[in-house]
Amino acid sequence: MAKYFVGIDIGSTASKTVVMDEDGVVEAFTMPTGWNGRETAEAIYEKLKEKGYGEDFVCVATGYGRICVDYAARIVTEITCHGKGGWKLFHDQDEAQNAFTIVDVGGQDTKIIKVENGLVTDFLMNDKCAAGTGKFIEVMATRLGASLGEMYEMAKRGEALSISAMCTVFAESEVISHIGSGKKREDIAAGVIDSVASRVGNLCKRHGIIGKVKLTGGLCDSPYFLEVLSEKIGCEVGSHPMGRYAGAMGAALTAKK
Amino acid sequence: MLKLPENFETYADARKAGFLRMKELKEQGTRIVGIYCSFVPYELILAAGAVAVPLCATSEEPISAAEADLPRNLCPLIKASYGFALTDTCPYFYFSDFIVGETTCDGKKKMFELMNDLKETYVMQLPARRDEAALDAWELEIKRFWKKLEDFYGITITEDDVRKAIEIKNRERDVMLDYLNLGKLNPAPLSGYEMGTRLDSLGFTPDIEQRCDVIEARTKEVLKDWEENYKGKTSSRPRILVTGCPNSGVREKTIKAIELLGADVVAFDCCNGTREKIEKVDTGLPVTRALAKKYLNINCSVMSPNQSRMDYISEMIDDYQVDGVLEIILQSCHTYAIEAHNVKKTVMAKGIPYLEIETDYSQADSGQINTRLEAFLETIQK
Repeated sequence: MAKYFVGIDIGSTASKTVVMDEDGVVEAFTMPTGWNGRETAEAIYEKLKEKGYGEDFVCVATGYGRICVDYAARIVTEITCHGKGGWKLFHDQDEAQNAFTIVDVGGQDTKIIKVENGLVTDFLMNDKCAAGTGKFIEVMATRLGASLGEMYEMAKRGEALSISAMCTVFAESEVISHIGSGKKREDIAAGVIDSVASRVGNLCKRHGIIGKVKLTGGLCDSPYFLEVLSEKIGCEVGSHPMGRYAGAMGAALTAKK
Repeated sequence: MLKLPENFETYADARKAGFLRMKELKEQGTRIVGIYCSFVPYELILAAGAVAVPLCATSEEPISAAEADLPRNLCPLIKASYGFALTDTCPYFYFSDFIVGETTCDGKKKMFELMNDLKETYVMQLPARRDEAALDAWELEIKRFWKKLEDFYGITITEDDVRKAIEIKNRERDVMLDYLNLGKLNPAPLSGYEMGTRLDSLGFTPDIEQRCDVIEARTKEVLKDWEENYKGKTSSRPRILVTGCPNSGVREKTIKAIELLGADVVAFDCCNGTREKIEKVDTGLPVTRALAKKYLNINCSVMSPNQSRMDYISEMIDDYQVDGVLEIILQSCHTYAIEAHNVKKTVMAKGIPYLEIETDYSQADSGQINTRLEAFLETIQK
């Protein structure tokens, strides 16, 4: 049996790597995916070597760029990996709970995954549309000349303006007309976060919820987003400090098996 | 991986081969009626001594042309049907004496009004309920269509002609059902991709006897192969029931894709599957009543309510030993998209995983569809 189990989640925006040994997680790091998944995979390999995990490992790759990882023993879809990784994170936190609805708001899609007793029983994936994904916040932040962190800070102080367009491109022009009419940046930022949370919330409601709702993916580090999303769904949405690594963790766990 | 017989003809091949046959028929003066949907009472067209041809509706090419007249957010099947007619790229449309449409969904109903400007399009008013009043109304429509055929061709269609046609079509339904029932065998003896392709392609063979012969021979061949090579063995490939919209236009990126990923599509609850074939025309009833009854009972989502489809899916899950249900929705098909809610409830109540894929005729989403299908199979295999 190999010494290390490496899970790599090549997402559309960020690539996450988790290294586990027999006892648990020993390393986790994130890199921007860039435009070339293969180069990212190579960079991850270099980093693994640098950190001393370059030999004697089994790797499983997931995420939309999963086929770029030449050295992966297996590739598994991000749905299964998020389910597995999410279960590990949240079940360890709350062992009495035997079902979770994992909401993963990613760079290019949003996934709602129902996990019961460690197994994915149902999922819904929203893609082909950036509204309701992290990408939307990113695009709008650029438009408002703010970083993601500043975006949440502003939003907290603002009064959400309505952004109703169903499409990111049109929503951007709505934001531009808000800017044009002299609306406050804080209010626009709040409107942007509100609109993403609404979309994600509706998707959850449509798909149905079981057990506790947990957020993974890039947005789970923002307490403000969690708060707005909880409000939209109508129940508490939890997270985990390792939440953004759920997919990579699921991949590492699969490698271990 | 995907096992296909050596002489396998793709749908595109069959469609092409059919052109020449149709041209010959036309030159011989054969009557040709163009149809789109399984609700059209085929028996009457047969009784009129005419050939009913399925018209082109399953590819992306003519859609942008169609969007000059039709809204963009309309189902691809309707846009393609109209687009082929508009650009005159469907030889079957070209050779048809007239077209028969039906008021199944709103999109088709209104599209047929526009199509009528291109070629005479006769529309049958299909009720959406299944009660005595609906049956009476639909029987009147059947009588009206009978008269239409007589007037159009200047002929008389006798009851005897219709009875003969009923016999031929009932036999065809049995032959096709025997073929589709092969999916009940475990392990699956042939691919769902083959089943769907073959049945769709048969529409381009005008002679029903010939269709039956081809399918009977294939059924026998597959059965023999199964007895000799598969019987008693077990397979780890999940068995999939496909339901939902007509899937001919998206077969490659859904049905073929899931089979390449390691599943077997064994059952089809859709227009080109068992749906139209399970109920025969009752030969004990007066002919128009019998036809009306048979066609009104087709479990299409345009019917409201449509509990019989749920019951049928439930039954199929047992009969075909289904491990997962894949529902294929064409974009903007409201009736199937809404009814998917009930289908999911029905399927989940039986403890079977369910996946809905909404798509159109473009190839843009094949990557995303693959991810979903892969993940779906991962949930089934556990």
